[in-house]
Amino acid sequence: MIEWNSFLKTFDTGSGLWNPLVWITVIVIALLLVYIVRSFGRKEYKEETEQTKPFLSGNPEGDKEKMHVKGSNLYWGFMESMKWSYDLLTKAHTGNVSDYVLWFIVIMGILFIFIVGVF
Amino acid sequence: MNIMDHLPALVIAIPLLGAFLTPLISKINDKLRNIFVIIIAGLTCALVFLLANEVFTNGIQTYVFGGAYNSGDTVVRIFFEVDGLSAFMAIIGCILPLVAVIYSWAFMKEHTGLDKYYTLILLMTTGMLGMMLTGDLFNFFVFLEITSISSAALVAFYTDKGKAVAAGFKYIVISSIGALFVLLAIALFYGQYDALNMAVIANSMQYSFLDKIALVLLIAALGMKSGIVPMHMWLPDAYGRAPASVTLALIPTTLASLYGVLRVTFTIYGNNLITDNPLKQIGQIEIHLNVVLAIFLVGLALITIVVGVLMALKQTDLKRMISYAAVAEIGYMLLAVGAALSVLKTEVGSMALTGGIFHIINDALDVGLLFLVAGAIYYATKETSLNKLGGLARNMKYTTIFFLIGLLAVSGIPPMNGFASKLLIYESVYHVNPILSIVAILCSILMLAVFVKVFHSIFLGPKQPSFEKVKEVPKSMLIGMAIIAGIIIFFGLFPHVVVNNIVTPAVDALTNSGMYINAILGGGV
Repeated sequence: MIEWNSFLKTFDTGSGLWNPLVWITVIVIALLLVYIVRSFGRKEYKEETEQTKPFLSGNPEGDKEKMHVKGSNLYWGFMESMKWSYDLLTKAHTGNVSDYVLWFIVIMGILFIFIVGVF
Repeated sequence: MNIMDHLPALVIAIPLLGAFLTPLISKINDKLRNIFVIIIAGLTCALVFLLANEVFTNGIQTYVFGGAYNSGDTVVRIFFEVDGLSAFMAIIGCILPLVAVIYSWAFMKEHTGLDKYYTLILLMTTGMLGMMLTGDLFNFFVFLEITSISSAALVAFYTDKGKAVAAGFKYIVISSIGALFVLLAIALFYGQYDALNMAVIANSMQYSFLDKIALVLLIAALGMKSGIVPMHMWLPDAYGRAPASVTLALIPTTLASLYGVLRVTFTIYGNNLITDNPLKQIGQIEIHLNVVLAIFLVGLALITIVVGVLMALKQTDLKRMISYAAVAEIGYMLLAVGAALSVLKTEVGSMALTGGIFHIINDALDVGLLFLVAGAIYYATKETSLNKLGGLARNMKYTTIFFLIGLLAVSGIPPMNGFASKLLIYESVYHVNPILSIVAILCSILMLAVFVKVFHSIFLGPKQPSFEKVKEVPKSMLIGMAIIAGIIIFFGLFPHVVVNNIVTPAVDALTNSGMYINAILGGGV
């Protein structure tokens, strides 16, 4: 049976520690801050006017679908700099089930050499 | 009949009976069938919790199918042997299918063939729970096959979609090949020791040439079924093409294979990991089996984490992206297990195993929740491409919150459950080699980047005209997601309770293979 006081115990990992009470306090403070910041907002704004339109350096807002940054545009720089590894990985992921089996045989072979052959 | 005496058998019998009754009840009424399946999954869960409580309080539970043994008799008997690790895995193996069937109520409503769908889900649950509870290797193989066949049929459930059928085909090919090698390894044991019981084999283990081959076959085959890179390629196909509810139930089947790797390594070969006679002596350094396996597993774990995260970042399909993240998460568990093997029977080793085992349940919950959110998005928009989705936070407030919880949890951000287990892994792995810890942390940051990309692509941005009329998903789907999100938050806030009550018994079971052997050989069963 789990004792109620065990819920409040500190989880010690050696050099790190974790206490639920600390975290609950942090969450409550964070929510309080969010509430305070939100309450600074102006309540007198008018919907469907210039006040609620996004400001894009004075340029008119484009088509909604075109304005959204799509998934494949994100981290483009990272993907471009890692192109060599992505080329390698894409080439390996053929989608062909016989290649899947081939990788299994390769790993089994390496393990065989390791365990049966060398040691 | 005292139910408590037959818990291990009932845990398997109830979902199996439910599976056979489902098509019959389906003939009466669809709603009644749905309620029946939820009751069966719930009852299975209740039995698993009762069994787990028995194991955590009174130690290993054994159950004998077959007659009593008298000296000189030849009796055919099968043992179920439930220790801390089995009970821990069974908890995962019963919760996720229960959530899957609750979620399916609305999610699968528009589809036909649901009698077969629910039958297969219950069969799959039977199979994976059997794999986790059995103490017999051949029985393990049988349950592995039951799980594989039902899973393959479920992966290919969308028979009108060619890619789903292809994914199902790939799954059954991979599963059959894996099972074949598992069977071959079992035959090698049987030929040598005239036994199929894991405890008996572990006790008799000579670590002969044939045992070495059996070890290779078992680790490679079960490793492939666990989705370890580079044998993972079936996993994004299967997880990505199956209905979201099925993917949720598939996660514990994959973890059941990982359980197999742990059982083989720590129990069957447990007495041979460190012995008086090292495998090789290089100068002053003695090389034991634990070090050989540790090097191999840590190597595979690093590749699994890096490849999983990098491939996830590249994907534009939501479900495939989460599938690759799931692959990376398996790498973290393997890293902890490998590190634990290298420093076996030390405090650091124990901490690494605690982190690894804790991460198994955390991964199942976190990735499971993300798949359910992916299913909810597909249900509402009929779209999974990150290039087409956007602005959904305005229409699907609850789903957005659930995704945010899953995102933070899978990336290991406090105060979610993923952080607690990853902290244990980082810290213990650092003591083995700081570079391992650095790679693991960097990949975790990349994982956060992956899901921030998903969050931005799907939920943020202006309201898209094509999704103007999108509404929040039905209640049964929200309840399914809420159950998992609730457990994630609970585990995140109170890791101490989880580690002390369910993780530590599993770690103890792994590190003391003698207890497992004695429960059969010294228990007079």
